[in-house]
Amino acid sequence: MHNETPPPAGNGSWTPRIVAFFCNWCTYTAADLAGVSRMKYAANTRTIRVMCSGRIDPQFIVEAFAKGADGVLIGGCHPNDCHYAEGNYKMLRRFALLKRLLKDLGIAEARLRLEWISAAEGEKVKSVINDMVAKLTVLGPLDVPGKVADWDRELSQLVAAADAAPVEHEVIHA
Amino acid sequence: MPKPKVAFYWCASCGGCEETVVDLAEDILAVVEKVDIVLWPVAMDFKYQDVEAMADQSIFATLLNGAIRSTEQEAMARLLRRKSRYLIAYGSCACTGGIPGLANQFPREQILQFNYEEAPTVVNEKKIRPQLVFEDQGRRPHLPELHQVVRALDQVVDVDYYIPGCPPTPKITKAAVSALLDGRLPPKGAVLAPDIALCEECPRRDSKPADLSFTGFKRTHQKLLDPQLCLLAQGVVCMGPATRQGCGAQCPSGNMPCTGCFGGTDRVKDQGAKMLSSLCANLTAKDENEIDQALEGIPDPVGTFYRYGLAKSLLRRKVDLPSGNGK
Repeated sequence: MHNETPPPAGNGSWTPRIVAFFCNWCTYTAADLAGVSRMKYAANTRTIRVMCSGRIDPQFIVEAFAKGADGVLIGGCHPNDCHYAEGNYKMLRRFALLKRLLKDLGIAEARLRLEWISAAEGEKVKSVINDMVAKLTVLGPLDVPGKVADWDRELSQLVAAADAAPVEHEVIHA
Repeated sequence: MPKPKVAFYWCASCGGCEETVVDLAEDILAVVEKVDIVLWPVAMDFKYQDVEAMADQSIFATLLNGAIRSTEQEAMARLLRRKSRYLIAYGSCACTGGIPGLANQFPREQILQFNYEEAPTVVNEKKIRPQLVFEDQGRRPHLPELHQVVRALDQVVDVDYYIPGCPPTPKITKAAVSALLDGRLPPKGAVLAPDIALCEECPRRDSKPADLSFTGFKRTHQKLLDPQLCLLAQGVVCMGPATRQGCGAQCPSGNMPCTGCFGGTDRVKDQGAKMLSSLCANLTAKDENEIDQALEGIPDPVGTFYRYGLAKSLLRRKVDLPSGNGK
């Protein structure tokens, strides 16, 4: 998450970088299952294990995008299966409003995805990640850090101009 | 001993912060007695050249209000930073971008086009826009250029302290000014208001239920509000839980919900995301349709949760807008 340039793929071209928040009891275990079952899926996710999808503060998601993620994937237990009874519903409600908020902030809907994946669904981890990578590849890089650097170039332009020429003092009063 | 020099300056702001300085009323006399005001464009006549002629760091403190929106404001922020020992971001706009920061949801061209051509009150058949430089009777007057992005003060120059609020109250202003003059200064970068959520000082606090159980949200014009009951308990989005206190809960006392002008507490990275988190967690709805229905009462999440803080939020602006640098 802390690298600020898109990750180079094997051949040097860009591939999406996804931050995945998986709950300890279902989706993380499912990802483990996919691993021990030697399933092959795209290596574009950076997985962060949390105790419950209800622990995923929307700040984490916004920060992932701000620091350069192209997509954020959230995996939690199916409705009624939450280890803490209600956590996944909290995530579902936050997701509903966060999706709208991020859309208003110019982040395409496909970049944030919520999936219910039980501990037995290793296959679903594989298909969801592959599908998300395919969709994000079509969308291209989000690269918020690059955009911020680009926006802030207008500041350094003024500094450069001030260094090149003394500030004009001309103030016209009527 | 010479009196410490103090400057007040305004950038992209409405003038309300200046009003607070005046609202110090007779207390301002005590301040004026102790300091020498060297720049205050809203109230007194000084020239920028006078400031430029001063030695670096010779101003003891500058209270700058307003967001940074134009090249002139940026140049003045840099100049005052150089001339001042303490540069203080005064008011929501300087601290977090404020209401002008909401312009970060629109491209600059769209804003200029609306304001100079399309607004219903504008008559401008020739579509004349302000020019940066033009010839007039042999002179060449200059106008500042609008930046593409609205910024909080600390996104342009280094800031020593923050006094939040839209506008800051006379009470926290007085406390901050006397702390400065008496040398009772907190660590650099501190916000000079209590680091605890507004609910704690709200007169409606005791009626806030432990479990809010929202079934939906109403905006203030859609409902007759009980003047005593916690506004969240009435299904109104009140930013109190995600907002720093220090204002004396003026809005809830006036039967209006908090809109978040003091910004988040120190532990909050993104006030909007935090408020969204809290509200949604307390919804009762469990299936997607019911949830969407309950959330219909928040038609504009950016304007609601980032009303004063968009420029300083984690994403800062609508991320797919042009930068003006050819990208």
